[in-house]
Order: sequence, then structure tokens, then C-alpha cells
Amino acid sequence: MSTLMADDPPGTFIHVIGQGAIRMVRAVGNLSLFTWRMTRQMYRLPRGQVLWPVMYDVGVLSLPVIMITGLFIGMVLAVQTYDTLRVMHFESRLGSVVNVSLVKELGPVLAATMLAGRVGSAIAAEIGTMRVTEQVDALDALGADPIGYLVVPRFLACFLLIPALTLLADGVGMLGGWAVSTKMLGVSDHFYWVYSDSFVTAYDVVTGALKSLFFGAAIAVIACHRGFHCRSGAEGVGRAATEAFVYSFVAILVLDFFLGVILLKAYRLLFGGAISL
Amino acid sequence: MTKTTAPAVLELRRVHKTFGRQAVLRDVTFRVNAGETLVLIGESGCGKSVTTKLLAGLLTPDAGEVAWENQVVANLPRREFRRRRLQFGYLFQGAALFDSLDVYENIAFGLRENTRMREPGIRDIVHQRLREVGLTPETARKWPAELSGGMKKRVALARALAMSPAVMFYDEPTTGLDPVMSDVINELILQTRQRQPVTSVVVTHDMHTVRRVADRVIMLFPLSRLQPGESQIVFSGTAEEVFACADPRVRNFVNGDAGDRRQELAA
Repeated sequence: MSTLMADDPPGTFIHVIGQGAIRMVRAVGNLSLFTWRMTRQMYRLPRGQVLWPVMYDVGVLSLPVIMITGLFIGMVLAVQTYDTLRVMHFESRLGSVVNVSLVKELGPVLAATMLAGRVGSAIAAEIGTMRVTEQVDALDALGADPIGYLVVPRFLACFLLIPALTLLADGVGMLGGWAVSTKMLGVSDHFYWVYSDSFVTAYDVVTGALKSLFFGAAIAVIACHRGFHCRSGAEGVGRAATEAFVYSFVAILVLDFFLGVILLKAYRLLFGGAISL
Repeated sequence: MTKTTAPAVLELRRVHKTFGRQAVLRDVTFRVNAGETLVLIGESGCGKSVTTKLLAGLLTPDAGEVAWENQVVANLPRREFRRRRLQFGYLFQGAALFDSLDVYENIAFGLRENTRMREPGIRDIVHQRLREVGLTPETARKWPAELSGGMKKRVALARALAMSPAVMFYDEPTTGLDPVMSDVINELILQTRQRQPVTSVVVTHDMHTVRRVADRVIMLFPLSRLQPGESQIVFSGTAEEVFACADPRVRNFVNGDAGDRRQELAA
């Protein structure tokens, strides 16, 4: 009988599967413990001197990329959907298609993806560099809990600001979609907004922002976790930054699916309706 | 002269430490007495920095105990652990200044995080610590990236001393510095000791530092080159004794002689 540890070179194919399973369970456990440690540190709000610069970096400095993303998504949606609707003579309803897609899915997911790329990678690289240069140990030695000092402000910034960024992406996307639809594609201004109004509900807008909260939390926790568990050297830091983005992105997609299902069921429970799952 | 009857401020008791598959410390026991300056020497990879971080509570042992004033660290309630650890100052090997903060905020960091001291009081302490390490108040507004190696070490020392610690740890304080700056750092270690009653643990390769600051010296040997059962501490005694020691491992280190290790080089 052979027993391989997770770090041993693989034996047979069964060993490979087993080692992969062990590594995944370890990773999930590690991340969960990390999240728990972070939650315990939230009993004390970070000092303003620590929190505001992080919020500025995450929120204000993300505005340009969020707005550009939202704008072009709205515009591209309009362009790509117009022809299909026109075949069915439904082009006047372009507003409803563009805005529902934006508000329910594309706004939250793409705003979160932009944040993962911009902020998530930067957080992982910054914390990773601090780790390999002993700055994390220095925090510890100077009486600041590293998780409380580094992770909590970044978590709060991502969690609290992402709904605003999402709604901004939605809004700019709506404007972009409207501009292309009415000025370039000749859709009626009046019907564009009338159909938007009847198909986009408050529930859609709110749940879009609600989903973004989960995305923001995932981005912050994963990015900080990657930074803290960074291997030494430039390669380690680079890898941590890449992993932060990739794992955050996968988490966003997985959360999006499950949240979508849950929110649809919730809608049915609250308001009744034709959607069944 | 000997302070062995004084209470042990810090103690390692049969400590083992492994990183992944790499065992670094095996069954290491020693004590640091109140008021003394203990210097840890040894080749790269012998576990000096790990030992210091264990003593300072920055790492936990895999087996054995670390004790502060006879109390086992692992049994201390969290609040007590943090309170005692604030009495330690640590000078890291690469200075470990916070890149996102200027010199002033680096030095003030411990005061801001752990006290309710107001700005005038913080400013006084920061400027005083800068003066003590031979830097002007103008340095306070510089950023770590703008500092030379020697200045970084001095700012890091000022930061470690800001809370007036009772125990100071110096991890290779002169590594990477020119001979003149190295002597400045050695002088600062001595002045710190004179200014307030401090217990010090110094990790170094630099025999000049040993000569100038050590009350007692301990030499560690890398586990990979020890026989099973051999002690990892190959010397424990005064600075004079280390320079007169007959053990070839100690003699080679003290004299900077590669000795047997020449055989590892390609012919």
C-alpha cells in the first residue's frame, strides 16, 4: 500500500486526483480560516488615516475604468442586439434588452471584473511585497495585527464601494446604449425609455447591486489571501497578483450563477410570477 | 560580570522548528538574561533569524516552549501576549520600513496604533528618536525609497525604539552596510543600551559587532551539517572566549576561514 502526501511527486493517475482533491480542500479551508480571522478583526474600525487612502484608491481611482467599461458595454450591447430585434420588428424595444442586461448581469459582473483586475492584483502584489520584505512581520512587531491593518480596510473599501461603482457602470452604460440606439441606429427616443421603464424593475437594480456586494467581498478576501501566502521573490509576487485576478474572476462567475438562481427563487417567493426553476 | 543569576527575560526550551520539509531548529535551549546583550552568530541557514523571531513571538515553535519571564508564551492570553510584545523592539534585516508611509509616519506608527498620544507628543518623540540615531528632523518627510541603506537602518532603529522597549532585537544590523556605517550602527546599539536598561539580542555575521557589543555569544550550526544527536549550539560563552575557542567550527567562523567547505567548490 502506498501513501503519498499532497506535496509528493505524483504516482499513478489516482494519486494525481487524490492529491488535487487534498490541495483543493486545504485551499478552501485555508481561505475560510483567513476569512474568519478577518471577521474577528472587524470589531475595531480601522483608523481614518488608514481607511480613507484605501477607499480613495479603490473607489475614486477606479472611476475612469468603470465608466469606460460601462459605456462601451452599453454601446456594444445596443449595436449587437439591434439587428436581431430588427428582424422581428422589435427594434423599438432595444432599450429594454440593453438596460435589463446591463442592470441585472453585465453591470455587476463587468464592474467586479474590472475591480478584480485593477484593485485585486494591486492588493495581492502590495501585500505580497510587504510579506517578502518583512513589513508584515514589522506590523506585528509594532503592535498592529497584520490582518486588521491590511485586510480589513481593503475589505471594507471593496465591499462598501462596489455597489456604487456598479450603479455607476449601469448608469453610464444606459447612457451609452441610449446614445448609440437613438443617434446611430435611429430607434425612437420615446419608446427606448418607455420599454426600459416597463422591463427594468427596482428589484433588478437592487439585486444587481446586492450581487456586487458578494463580488466585492470575494475580490478583497481572495486578493489579500494571495498576498499573505505569497512565495518569495519577484516571481512569487507576480504569481500572487495573477492568481488574485484569476481566482477572483472565477469566484465572480460562480457566485453570479448561484446568486442568480437564489434571487430568481426569491423573486418568485416575494412577488409570485411566471419564472420557475 | 556574569548575569546568569539574574531572571531570564527570554528563554527557548527544547524548541524545534521546521518549514515545510526543512528542519531549521532541533532541540534548542538557551536563555537571555535581564540587561545582557546576547549575540547569536552562525553561518547562513543555521537558524539565527528564526531563533530571534521565536524569541520575539513573531513565530511559534513546532515543539518545545518559548518563555518570557518564566511564563510560557503559548499559554498567555492574547491581550497579555500583545501587551508584553509591545515591550519589544525589532530591527529587521532589511529595515522593513513601510513603503507607503514617510519616515515620520513610520517612526510614529507604534505610537499611533497603540497609544492615544496626541500629535505634539508624537512629534516630540519622533524628532527625539531621529536625533538619537543621528538624523535631522528634515529626514522625517522623506520616503523610504529616497533613503540610503544606512539611513534606512537608522530610521528602522528609531522606529523600533519609539515605544521605549525593554528588549531589543537586532537582526543582522550591519549586513549590507559599509564599514564606517557598520560602526555607526554598533555605536548606536551601545548608546541605546546606555540610555535605558535594555536587554538585547543581536544576530550577526559581523565579528566587529561581536567584539563591540556582546556580553555573551551563542553560535548555532546548520542542522544539515550536524550529526544526529549533536547539539545545534556549538558555543556559548563570552566574547573573549569565542575568539579563543578551540572548536574548529567556531574557529573557522570567527576567522572567516572556509576550511572544510572548500571541498564543496568545484575542483
